Amino acid sequence: MSVLSLIIKREFVAKVRNKSFIVMTFLSPLLMVGLVAFVAYLSTMKSDVKEIAIHDESNLFVKEFKNSDEYHYLDRSNVDLKVLKDSIMAEKYEAVLYIPKVDDNKELSKKIQYISNDSPSLSYIDDLESIIAQKLTKSNFEKANLDTLAIRNAEAQVDISLAKASGEETVKGLNEIKIFIGAAFGYLIMMFIIIYGNMVMRSVIEEKTNRIIEIIISSVKPFKLMLGKIIGTSLAGVLQFVIWALLGGILLFVASVFLGINIGTSPSMSPEMMATANEGISGNMQLYVNEFRNLPIVTLLVSFIVYFIGGYFLYSSIYAAIGAAVDNETDSQQFLLPIILPLMLGVYVGFFSVLNDPHGTVATVFSFIPLTSPIVMLMRIPFGVPWWQIVVSLVLLFGTFFLVVWFASKIYRIGILMYGKKPTWKELYKWLKY
Amino acid sequence: MSNILEVKNVVKQYGDYTALNNVSLQVPKGSIYGLLGPNGAGKTSLIRIINQITMPDSGTVFLDGEQLRPEHVQHIGYMPEERGLYKTMKVGEQALYLAQLKGLSKAEAKKQLDYWFDRLEIQGWWNKKIQELSKGMAQKIQFVVTVLHKPKLLIFDEPFSGFDPVNANLIKDEILELKKQGSTIIFSTHRMESVEELCDDIALIHRSNKLIEGKLHDVKKEYRTNSFQVGIMTSNVEGLMYQLTQKFTVGQTSFKTLNDDLKLEVQIGDSSPNELLNILTQMGQVTHFVEKIPSVNDIFIQTVSDK
Repeated sequence: MSVLSLIIKREFVAKVRNKSFIVMTFLSPLLMVGLVAFVAYLSTMKSDVKEIAIHDESNLFVKEFKNSDEYHYLDRSNVDLKVLKDSIMAEKYEAVLYIPKVDDNKELSKKIQYISNDSPSLSYIDDLESIIAQKLTKSNFEKANLDTLAIRNAEAQVDISLAKASGEETVKGLNEIKIFIGAAFGYLIMMFIIIYGNMVMRSVIEEKTNRIIEIIISSVKPFKLMLGKIIGTSLAGVLQFVIWALLGGILLFVASVFLGINIGTSPSMSPEMMATANEGISGNMQLYVNEFRNLPIVTLLVSFIVYFIGGYFLYSSIYAAIGAAVDNETDSQQFLLPIILPLMLGVYVGFFSVLNDPHGTVATVFSFIPLTSPIVMLMRIPFGVPWWQIVVSLVLLFGTFFLVVWFASKIYRIGILMYGKKPTWKELYKWLKY
Repeated sequence: MSNILEVKNVVKQYGDYTALNNVSLQVPKGSIYGLLGPNGAGKTSLIRIINQITMPDSGTVFLDGEQLRPEHVQHIGYMPEERGLYKTMKVGEQALYLAQLKGLSKAEAKKQLDYWFDRLEIQGWWNKKIQELSKGMAQKIQFVVTVLHKPKLLIFDEPFSGFDPVNANLIKDEILELKKQGSTIIFSTHRMESVEELCDDIALIHRSNKLIEGKLHDVKKEYRTNSFQVGIMTSNVEGLMYQLTQKFTVGQTSFKTLNDDLKLEVQIGDSSPNELLNILTQMGQVTHFVEKIPSVNDIFIQTVSDK
């Protein structure tokens, strides 16, 4: 067996046998699914019914308020307002909606009060406002002797349908799918880099503090050790991700069957609404499937793998160099910031700029910069990226990758033999010249 | 006898600091070679160059007549001063891994490991983790790992530090046995008593320069002071002292004897020891007469403080 494969094997086995790795691998999907199920369960629970007392002196509106799951409306127009206010203090009602008797509609619209000790949600107040506004509008129409039915019939509904120049019909919401796929891949790469890059760093620090490093590099070249470490750790990472995906899928399925929770469909939808929604979806389903087929799946998968390798190796060799430069994990913080920053930048640029304008200047530039390209370019690819851009971005990525690995291995080589002090940036620069 | 290791004009600089200044060494095959020097003298830098952990800025190293190549790591066993093993890895797996890194096949490594575990009577440790072992036990493993691949050249950096006297003796015997089987051993140490006892050759490095090198015997000859320690029973102390001080430099000294005698250290310079002996026998009964041989410790301190 070659030396490199020996190292890869050891690193892989050491990671996989580690107790916390095993616990994380099997517990995380359980926790995630548990959390999702818990949230789904919570949202199916009925919240407490809030009683709203309506004191409607005009007697125009009281019939307009329909009870919902959350709010019950009680006609308390006969009860004195002062008494009602007192009962709010006694927590008998959630609130009192006070509508005074004013003949002028314009004036009335400003005099309605919602009296409560709690602050209501904005959307609820919006709802109340629109109910009253509708009624007032209707009353305005009547006062002006307008035919309300004719007006309603005259109202127009517009639904713009989307199509491509090639003549295919497309559906709204497709961009969301593209965004979702791109974002998922980009996010996956970022998570992988942070989790397993850190693991590489810890394993370098461990060898350094154990002092075994000197024995190892009297047998193998430091560069091979670093490479073996990165590959071994990433294999363990891929294994963990695969297990997570499988377990998560199975558990999610089991949870949805046994707990009877419809994960993914909103429980607040009434059956009629579901039916109409389904009709709409099944009508468009063929379109969705077509569009999905038209996504550059192969390009996407291939570039995911390529960008994944390039990005992961680029970052993890920096992680390895940092691990070599410091003596313990606490010292690594100041060097980690420059790693986390471009990763965060990549994700933010991805979410804010790519989604707005996939081929805009910002998105294009960041999909060329090697430290952000693995994330940003992957988010752009579902929207269709010209070949030359991918090629340029990959050339830049791998060019930087080799450069960084070379620098990192220099720092690594010197750093692993430096004990007992935390180096400064200046010293790191000096090491490059040794 | 040919040399297993030759270091020629090696220079190593770290930035502005010179760690090794034109150092040359010759380590004879089959010898135990003491590489001496105070802390920070450059011993570790030199050892790292021999192990190809770092490269010299200039100069060359020859192993068994060939210029050092990456493949040569198989022929060198190195036990660094900072001992280290994977704490959470099992003893057996760890030793196998390290031996395979040195180029042994798995089967061969296993065979050697069984031999050594038997020899050191530590068969039961195979499945233990290093963190479960005491420091002395871990040191034994460290030793086994160093010698497992039967290297021609063994380099021990402070080999006896951390061992209790029983284990230190055990390891010393193993080292002598390895020498008998043809290995060459380099000790890097500042523990002089072990050098005195084991080494055939020594080299002294101080402030990046090699100051002394040669057979221990020859080095001692060179550093002899022509002093004798003398014990004498005499009634005429004043007369004796008068006669001695006429010719030699005399000082008081102490050593252990069974008699209640006068103990002197006499430096005879170019004169013959017989002249001193003649005077002594005339004046009383000689109970002790030994040339004072410089200890490695004396040479070490003298050389280091001279410069």
